[in-house]
Parts: sequence; C-alpha cells; structure tokens
Amino acid sequence: MKQRTHLLLSIASIVLLVAIIWWADGNLNAYYTRIANTAAIYIVAAVSYNLINGTVGALSLGPNGFMALGGYTIALLMLPVMQKQMVFFLEPLIWPFSEFSLPPSLYLVGLIISGIVAAIGAFLIGWPCLRLKGDYLAIATFGFGEIIFVLANNMLFLTNGALGIKGLPELTNLWWSWGMAAATIFLIKNIVNSSYGRAMRAVRDNEVAAEAMGINVTRIKMLAFVTSGFFGGISGALMVMLISTISPTLFMFTMTFNLLIIVVLGGLGSITGAAVTAVLFSVLQEVLRTVESPLNLGFIQWPGIPGMRMVVFSILLILMMLFYRRGLFGSWEFSWEWLLSKLRRKEVPQCQQQTNK
Amino acid sequence: MSAADKQIILDVQNVTMAFGGLVAVKDFSLQIRQNQLMGLIGPNGAGKTTVFNIITGQYRPTKGSVIFAGRDITGMNPSAVTKAGIARTFQNIRLFTSMTVLENVLVAYHCRLKSSVWSAFLGLPSYWKEDSLLRAKGMELLEQVDLAHLANEKAGALPYGQQRRLEIARALATGPRLLLLDEPAAGMNPEETAKLTSFIREIRDRFNLTIFLIEHDMSLVMKVCEEIRVLDYGQTIAHGTPAEIQQNPRVIEAYLGEAEDYA
Amino acid sequence: MSIEIFIQQLLNGISLGSLYSLIAIGYTMVYGILALINFAHGDIFMIGAYIAFFAVAIYALPWWLAAILTIILTACVGMLIERVAYRPLRDEPRISLLITAVGVAFFIENLAIVTLGARPKGFPVPAMMATNFDIYGFRISGVSIWVPILTICLLAGLLYIIYRTKIGMAMRAVAKDIEATRLMGVNVDRVIMYTFAIGSGLAAAGGMMWASKYPQIQPLMGMYPGWKAFTAAVVGGIGNITGAMIGGLIIGVVEIMTVAFFPTLSGFRDAFVFAILIIFLLVKPTGLMGEPLKEKV
Ligand SMILES: Nc1ncnc2c1ncn2[C@@H]1O[C@H](COP(=O)(O)OP(=O)(O)OP(=O)(O)O)[C@@H](O)[C@H]1O
Ligand SMILES: [Mg+2]
Repeated sequence: MKQRTHLLLSIASIVLLVAIIWWADGNLNAYYTRIANTAAIYIVAAVSYNLINGTVGALSLGPNGFMALGGYTIALLMLPVMQKQMVFFLEPLIWPFSEFSLPPSLYLVGLIISGIVAAIGAFLIGWPCLRLKGDYLAIATFGFGEIIFVLANNMLFLTNGALGIKGLPELTNLWWSWGMAAATIFLIKNIVNSSYGRAMRAVRDNEVAAEAMGINVTRIKMLAFVTSGFFGGISGALMVMLISTISPTLFMFTMTFNLLIIVVLGGLGSITGAAVTAVLFSVLQEVLRTVESPLNLGFIQWPGIPGMRMVVFSILLILMMLFYRRGLFGSWEFSWEWLLSKLRRKEVPQCQQQTNK
Repeated sequence: MSAADKQIILDVQNVTMAFGGLVAVKDFSLQIRQNQLMGLIGPNGAGKTTVFNIITGQYRPTKGSVIFAGRDITGMNPSAVTKAGIARTFQNIRLFTSMTVLENVLVAYHCRLKSSVWSAFLGLPSYWKEDSLLRAKGMELLEQVDLAHLANEKAGALPYGQQRRLEIARALATGPRLLLLDEPAAGMNPEETAKLTSFIREIRDRFNLTIFLIEHDMSLVMKVCEEIRVLDYGQTIAHGTPAEIQQNPRVIEAYLGEAEDYA
Repeated sequence: MSIEIFIQQLLNGISLGSLYSLIAIGYTMVYGILALINFAHGDIFMIGAYIAFFAVAIYALPWWLAAILTIILTACVGMLIERVAYRPLRDEPRISLLITAVGVAFFIENLAIVTLGARPKGFPVPAMMATNFDIYGFRISGVSIWVPILTICLLAGLLYIIYRTKIGMAMRAVAKDIEATRLMGVNVDRVIMYTFAIGSGLAAAGGMMWASKYPQIQPLMGMYPGWKAFTAAVVGGIGNITGAMIGGLIIGVVEIMTVAFFPTLSGFRDAFVFAILIIFLLVKPTGLMGEPLKEKV
C-alpha cells in the first residue's frame, strides 16, 4: 500500500518533469535554456562526485579529469568524418576515429561510451591509490586532472591540442540534460540506499571496523569511485555537446573546485543537497558573473574584478568547513515518506505543535 | 588427523609480532576447542590485543601461523578472515556512529549478500526482496540481544553499555563460528558487568559459538571462562582453569597483585 | 650529447631537485605529524617569492635583509594558516581538513590573482645567482651552483634543529605518538605551529631561489612545483625528512634528464612525474625510506 503510493508519486513527478521540460523547451529563451541545461549537467556531476567524497568519505580531486575524458570521447565519436579532416589540420586524427563517427541518433550510445571511458580512467587511477590507507587518492586524482590537461595539449593526433575541437553538433538539449540528471539521481540513490551504500558509509565511519565486518574496503571504494567516474564522464560529454566545442582549458581544476563547493554546501553525503545546490550554484554563478564585469550605475562605478568570484567561493568553502560542516542539508534526504508526513501534519496542526515542543 | 584434532577450531602456532625493536608478542601458541570459552588476561601492554589483531588479519605476524578450522589463515586480509568465520569486537569501540543501530547490523550481512550490484543500481524487486529479508533478520537478531527498541537510533548516540552490546550484535551478524571479544566489560559498572556475564554464556549456547575473550575484570573472567591464558611481556606465563590461575604464584606476582592494588 | 651539456643538465637537474626537496620537506613534516596533505604549501612557496619581490624591487632592500625578512614573514603566514584554518579541525574527520586545505590553497591563489594580477612579473635576480662560472672550460650558470649549496646549508640547519634541539626532539615525539607526547606535558599545539613555521620558511627560501632560476613570478607558480614536491615526498617515504630530500633530487634529475634526452617529449615533462607517482604507489607505497605503517587497532 505504502509502496504503491510512493510509486504513484514517482510516476506523477516524472510526468510533471516531462511537462515542465516540454514547456521550457518551447518557451525559454536561449540564455535561460543554457542555464537550465548547465544546472542539470551540474546535477549529474555533483551527485556522482558526492558518492566518493560524501558517501565513502575519500577525497577525490579528479572529476575535472573524468569530465575531460568523457568530453573528448564524445567529441571524437560525434564529430562528422568530413569535419574531422578540417578540424585536425595540424596533425591528422588517428585511425579509427578518422574513419567513422556516430550519427546523432546514436547520441545515447556515445554518452554511455564516454562514461565507460571515464570509468576506465577512474579504475586505472583508483587501482594504485585505493588499496592504500591514507589520502593518496586526493594527490593522485589532483595530478590526474593536470595530466589530462598536459596530454590534451600535446596529443594533437587525438585532441587537436590547444586549439581544441570545434563545430560539434549541439545535441544536448533540455531533454537530454534533465533526463540524464534524473537517471543519475535514480541510479545513485538506489545504490546508496542498498547494502552496497551501507557498506560505503561504513567505510567512511570506520574503515577498520568495516573491514572487520567482512567488507572488502578496496572493492567498495572502487565501486564508488568508478561509478562516480562514469557519471562524471557523462556530465563532461553533455557539457561538450551543449557548447559544441572542447579544448584543454574547459575542464580545469576550477571545475573540480566548483563541484567541491556544491557538495560541501549541500551537505557531504546528501544526494538531495548535491542536486539542489547544483542548481543554486549554476544560478549563483550567473549572478556573480556581473560582479566580475565592469558596471556603471551613473553615481557609482564598479570596476569589475576578474577572479573575485573564486575568492568569494574559496572563502565560502573555508567558512563552511570551519563553522557549518553539515551544509544546507546535512545528511538529510528527500523522500516521499517525508513529504507525506509533512502534508499530514499540516492537516492536524495541534499535533505538529506538540511534536515541536 | 586424530579425533582430538577435529575438536580444535583455532590453532595459533608459535606466533611472534615485532614492531621495529619492540616485540609485542613472542612465540605465542594456543589451541581453542569447539564451543570453548577461553580467556586471555595480562597487564596493560602485555600484547593481548596484538594477539587478536594477528588472528583477525589486522597484523601479519613476523613469525608463526594461524590455523582456523583446519585452514591456514595467516596474513589473510581481515575481511576474508571474517568471511571464513571469525568475528571480533574492539577494545576502543568502533561502531559506525552516523548509522542507525539496525544499519550497523545490516553492514555485517553485506559480505553474504547474494544480489548483484546491477540489481541494486536498478532497484530491481529481486534486490529489495533480499534487502527486506536482511532487515527482518537484523531485527530478529536485535530482539535476541535486547536492542530492538533502539533499532532506529543513531549508534553514536547510544549509552556506553549499549554500544558494547551493539558491537557484539554486529559481530554475531557476520555469522561467526569463533567470536573474539576485546575487553567487553571495559567501562561498565558491576551491574552491567553481571548482565554481560550471563549474556556471553547465553550467546555461546544460542549461536553455537566458540568464544575467546580479553578482560581485565576478574569477576567476569573467573565466572565465564573455562580456561584462562595469562600473558606478560608478550609471553604466556600461565594457563589453566580459573581456580588454577588464581593460585598460580607467577600470575599473582605479574598481574593479580597489581590488580588488587588498584582495587 | 656532449659531456659538457650532460654535466650542465645534471647540475640543472640537481638544482631543480634541491628546490623540490626544500618544498617536499614542508609537506612531509606536516604529513608526519597531522597526516594532512597541506595543499596550500605550494602557494606558501609562491607567497615567499612575492614577498622577496616586493622587498627588493619595490622597497629596495639589500638581498641579505630581504631574504631573512621573507623567510620570517612567510613562516608567519604558515603559522597563521595553521592556527586559523587547520587547528579547529584537527579532531574532525580527515576529509574536512583536506577540503579546508584545498580551500585555503584556492583562496591564496585567487586572492593573489585579484590583488597582484595574473600577469607574470620579472624577478630581481640577485647578482650572485646571475653570474656564470667557467670551471675547466665548462660554462655553468650561477644558479646551478648556488642553489644546491644554499639548499645544503639550509638542510644542515634543519637537521640540527630536528636532532639537536629541544623543539626538534618534541617534533619527533609528536610525529611518533601525538597523544603520548601530550600526556608527557609537551605543548603539542606549539610544536605543530613551529613545524608549519619551519616548513613555510624552507618553502620561502625555495620560492626565492626558484624565482632566481626561472626569473618570473605569477600567482599560480606554486601549483606544479608543489604537486611535484609532494610526489617527491611520497617517493622518499612520506613523513621521512631524509626521504623528502632524496625524493626531490630524484624527481628533479629525472625531469631534466628525460627532457634533455628526449626533446620531442618535452611537452609531457609534467606527465613523467605523474607516472613516477603511480609507479611508486603501485610498487613501493612506503617510498624509499618510509617504514610500513601499521595502524594501531
Ligand atoms: N601498530 C603498532 N605499532 C607499534 N606498536 C604497537 C602497535 N600495536 C601494539 N603495539 C605495542 O605492542 C604492545 C602490546 O600492545 P597491546 O595493545 O597488544 O597490549 P594489550 O595487552 O592489549 O594492552 P591493554 O590491556 O592496555 O589493552 C604495546 O607496547 C603497544 O604499544
Ligand atoms: Mg588491548
């Protein structure tokens, strides 16, 4: 009975999402559409990043690297063969990418392959680090992001170097971005609530005890890290196919820092927190963009300070860690049960007062 | 293999553990028979916990080997040792503090989970069926150890005595044949200790366990254990029944005398 | 490759390696005590270079005074960071401390970009470093000689402090067992503060020499050297000071030599260090000099 209600509510909310996208697809202007797309892509990236940082409690600094892997993969897969010859004029693209590309109808296949490539990258980085106690993951993943940057700049035959790959078909639209966001939340919520997720949280709380309870710590960390790499790759791919271009500077460490802010602000370990804050952040970033550009209000002149945004964000991050570690949502998760109980309480106000006391 | 050997569930053979220059355990041997209640006592720093850590794979011994149920488990990693059937509690409690009491127990079932990771990702009905079976099993276990009313409390918020009890429950959930308890009565008042004493006997019979425990509280050790081993500076200085140990002059010198000073 | 070029490159590698060593020591000392990767350490190195720049180029102080002042001020910055950002989180989950460290690093970098500008500035190289030497007909740059010599002097001073003074003994004790040391009545907070001071002071010295070797400074100059120095600390055995020195030299020489022998791969020079890190984590995670850690259970 209870499960039936929850299922119905889930179906209803999916229908609602579809309706909203339908409306937004026709009515939002290009600027707002771009923000809405970016918000969804940030959801995919932040919710998956939260799995390793929040749920397992192992700091990864590599999501920008995984996004770059996914981004380059999708670019190589989706750029039409004719255009490839034009784009790669410095050094020809190597076989087999030079000979084939996926038609736009197979975008989903491309996205999944991008995710798999990033997941393989995560596996290769995780293998040496996750067996070890200590924070080697942080330092190796930080290096990884930088190394992807170096490789992207130098492997002209695959990435076209600093010039990047331009003229990609703009395949990401609201359907794709929000569809992927919903899918990511669904899958990651499932795993976090499952026995595997409990094992991950056990590792975070006490690694020694988790191991003594029969949990293969390396394997469970790897599961989280590779999953997080997979969705990171997909988010990178979505991003690239939204702005229709990729170059080495697109996924720098700043991207990782943004995601770190999002998951800390949302509350480490909370999927709800990561998703909600991802949306807030994409909006906030647009608002703060004006702080960085010169402004003339007639009586006051704002010179516009480039880099100021990042200063504000880093102060915010430090203050959060020092004084408000639980973030906006703590470890709270949205659930239908919660919503129903809230609604029921509204019907019986006296009862609510009592429980509040 | 003789008939008597079959009875032996744990066989620790000439184990030595050195940390740099410090030899914490020296040439230690021990055999525990099926369903036995064995005690390990000794002054602070004698190497008792180190013996446990060697048995459960936390440390790989410098020398010697550990045979469990006829299988060499020396240096196996701790999760594999647990799967083989040895569970433990910790001297300094190590619960999953941000998780609920029930979840703490459910974590211990993870190593015997049958559903694949894919079915968990997709949230297939087959997965949730197994999950709710595990929950039911977990509640049943909590009922048996008298913690069911706290199932949804955060483990870190429990009072001390209950935390110790939960640690034992969690260890039981891994389905062990041998249970290692590291100072289960530490920090308990006499009343709680008395309860624990009967609890240990009870779980031995109910779960058909062999129990090996470290304890400083003499009243508990003498009441519960059938055989006692005394460790000092990493070496066995005496073993026997509680009555024998109480009379052994070397033990009185190394340990009991000191303990009486404290009392 | 002629013998002259080989020797020049070797000395070049050694001087680069000495600088990595100086930075790596700061990482390894902090890690040895707090098990914290101080991500801001590379940026402290950058701060050192900037303070020296202002002292010499703007306030026209003599180099000897500027150098001393730089080391002292940078040490204070290090202590300040520890006091404000790290100390309150010492007993919290490790990931909180790490995230804060990343935040501090990012803050310093971006504050520097905002206040000092992202554009590189020319560094007033001290005359001593700028003069070249002719030894048996080999032409060797001043930095290649002076950097290793100065580094050796600093390291000798460091080893003296660590092995011959009371505060050094306290540092070693805290690294071994922080709780036991506290119980013995040692003021652990102060020891940790001095550790940051010493690490930051050495980073400042490294920053000044780096800026003399590659005479340009910019707000992000600490990122790569910092990361490579951390790799050096891992190679040497994290927590081990001698290991950090050796690790730094290895990373420096390997980096220079691979570029010298395979000029076509010079674009990938930063990738080599990453490869070394991964290989060490796979094959010998305790590093060359580190002892295997066994967490007490
Ligand atoms: N991982 C380790 N590294 C270094 N020394 C250790 C380690 N584990 C234990 N020791 C040392 O080995 C000795 C024995 O320790 P152990 O914990 O086994 O004693 P114990 O008998 O359990 O004492 P207590 O009654 O206080 O619990 C001690 O001197 C301890 O400091
Ligand atoms: Mg002990």
